[in-house]
Amino acid sequence: MALGRTYSVALVGLNGYIVEVEADIGQTLPAFVILGLPDAALNEAKERIRSAAKNSGIPLSRRKITANLIPASLPKRGSGFDLAVTMAVLRAANDIQPTERTVFIAELGLDGRLRPVRGILPAVMAAVQAGYQDVVVAQANLAEASLVPGASVRGYRTLARLALDFGADPQELALDFEPEDEPGHGDAAPGAPAVPDMADVSGQGDARRALEVAAAGAHHLLLTGPPGAGKTMLAERLPGLLPDLADNEAMEVTAIHSLCGLPSSNAQLLRRPPFENPHHSATAAAIIGGGSGLPRPGAASRAHRGVLFLDEAPEYERRVLDALRQPLESGELVIHRSAGTAAYPARFQLVLAANPCPCGKASGKGLDCTCTPMMRRRYVARMSGPLLDRVDIQLQVERVSLADFGQGGKEEDTAAVAGRVRDARGRQAERLRPLGLETNSQVPGRILRGALRLPASATRILDHSLERGVLTARGYDRVLRLAWTLADLSHRDAPDTNDIGQALGLRQAASAAA
Amino acid sequence: MKAKDLLGQRGEELAAGYLESLGMLVVERNWRCAEGEIDIVALDGDALVITEVKTRRSLDYGHPFEAVGAAKLARLHRLGAAWCRDRELRMPLRRVDVVAVVDDGGGDPLVEHLKGVG
Repeated sequence: MALGRTYSVALVGLNGYIVEVEADIGQTLPAFVILGLPDAALNEAKERIRSAAKNSGIPLSRRKITANLIPASLPKRGSGFDLAVTMAVLRAANDIQPTERTVFIAELGLDGRLRPVRGILPAVMAAVQAGYQDVVVAQANLAEASLVPGASVRGYRTLARLALDFGADPQELALDFEPEDEPGHGDAAPGAPAVPDMADVSGQGDARRALEVAAAGAHHLLLTGPPGAGKTMLAERLPGLLPDLADNEAMEVTAIHSLCGLPSSNAQLLRRPPFENPHHSATAAAIIGGGSGLPRPGAASRAHRGVLFLDEAPEYERRVLDALRQPLESGELVIHRSAGTAAYPARFQLVLAANPCPCGKASGKGLDCTCTPMMRRRYVARMSGPLLDRVDIQLQVERVSLADFGQGGKEEDTAAVAGRVRDARGRQAERLRPLGLETNSQVPGRILRGALRLPASATRILDHSLERGVLTARGYDRVLRLAWTLADLSHRDAPDTNDIGQALGLRQAASAAA
Repeated sequence: MKAKDLLGQRGEELAAGYLESLGMLVVERNWRCAEGEIDIVALDGDALVITEVKTRRSLDYGHPFEAVGAAKLARLHRLGAAWCRDRELRMPLRRVDVVAVVDDGGGDPLVEHLKGVG
C-alpha cells in the first residue's frame, strides 16, 4: 500500500503545532480528499496541487488520493500546507524519496512555483522547538525563516527543483521554469522607516521632559491639551526615544508582524519598537484582536514592545478603551473564538491624547470654549477611571508660546535624549533584575514600600499629600515609580525630595485638568 | 459510423479481451435498456461484474477514469440490478468495474482496470 508522510506546521495564534501529513493512493476512481478539519483555503489546495504537479512534470496519480492531516482535531487554515500535502502525495506515488523529518511550509502556484505564506517566523520557531530543524520554504520566505536560531532552512522557487533534490526523475521534471523573484509580503525596502526627530518640537519643555521620563521608565502617558498644541507630534516621537529591542523581544515582535503579513517583517528582525496609531473609529476587535474563526492579532499586539498611541482617546468607544485594561495588567491578550483560543503578547506602552473638551478650546482661561461644564465633564469621563489609574504620567500640553516658536533648530534632537533614556534603562535594569523586573513602571507597590523603601525625609511631601487626601494610596505608589525614573535619569542612586516633587508635578498637572 | 464510435468499439473489444485474459467470462456486450447501456457484463467466479469501458485517444482532456463520476457510477449499479431482473437471475455478488483504454492509434494501447469501484 502506497503511503507518503511529511510534516508541516499549523499556527494557532502565535503557537505552532507540528502537523503530520499522510497521503494514501487507493485503487479506485480519481478523487482527492483532504481530511483533518481543513478550511476553505486548504480545501482549494487540491486544485492548486493538481495543476502545480502537472505543470512541474510530475502529474499526480489518477486514482483516489486521500491526504490526512494529523492531529485531526486541530483546525488547519490557509495555503501553507500545499507543499507538505504535495510532497506526501508524490511520496505515496513513489515519485520521490522519503522526506524524513523535513517540514514543508509554502503555498503552490498553478505553474508550480512556491509562494510565500504569512507567519513563517512563528511557524519555523515552533518546528525547531518541536525538534524538526530541517525546513523547506518558498524562496521569498527564506530570509525571514532563517532568522530562527537552530533552524536549517532551504528555500526553493519551484516544485520541480524541490522534487529534484528529493530524487524525482530529472527527465520528467520541468526544470527550465524559473519564475522571477517575488518579494515576500509587500515590497518594503529594508531599513527602519524614518522616525520623526525631537528637534522638530519647538518649546514644550514640560512635555519634552515628560516624554523622556515616559521613555526611560516605560510609563504610560496621557497628554491633554488644545488642538494644535503638538500632542500627536510628541507621541510620534516616543518610539524614537526607546532603546533597541533585545533578541528575544525582537523575535516576539517580528513573529507578530509576520503573522499579520506586515511588510516590516520581511527578511529582517525588527529591532526598533513598533508604533501603532489606530483611528478612533476602531472596534474592540481591531484593537485587541479578533475576527471570525481563529482570532488575528489587533493593534495592541502589533504594538507589543512598542507604543500604542490612541489619539483623541475620548472619541473611542468606552468598550474599546476598557478592553485595554487586561493587556495593561498582564501584557497578554487571550481571545476566544469558535475555531479556538489564541493568546497574543501585548506588552505595549500606552500613550493617550485628548482634547480638554469636545470643542477643544477649554485650555488656559478657556474663554472661547462653547462647551457646558457638563459636556466637559462627560468628555473627560469617557476615559474610564480604571484605565487612567494605570497611566503614570498625565500631562497638560499648552499651545506653544510665541517666544518658543520660530526658534527651530535649537532643540535637543532624538539621539541626545535617547542616549539618556538608554542610560536610565541600564541603571533600572541593574537595580531591578535581582527582583525579576525590568522597568520602574512594573515595580509593584509591595517592593516600592519594601525592598526599595525610601527614608521618611525624602517622602515627607508625599506622606503629607496622602494625609490631606490629595493623593490616593495607588497614586502614592505611582509617584514613587516616577520618582525612581527621575532619579535614574539624573544618575542618582535613589530619588530625593526634588525628584519626588517633580514626580508629583507630572501627575498633578492632570488631576487639575480632570 | 463516426470515428469516436469506432474508437469506443475498439476500446470495448480490447477491454473484453483483457477481462478474459484475467479469467473472467464475458456474458454479454452492449446490453441496453430504457435507463442506459452496460458495456460489458462478465462473470468473475460467482460475482457478476458490470463493466464500464472508457476509451480516449490521448490524455489531453483528462484520464478516462476521470470521466466516470458519481452519477454514472450510481446508474451502473442500477443497470446491474436491471440486468438481473431482465434475466430473472439472482446474483447477490455484484460489482462495478471500470476499464480505461488509451489508444493513440500507434499500436500498443494502454489498458487500466479498477475493480469494485464506488
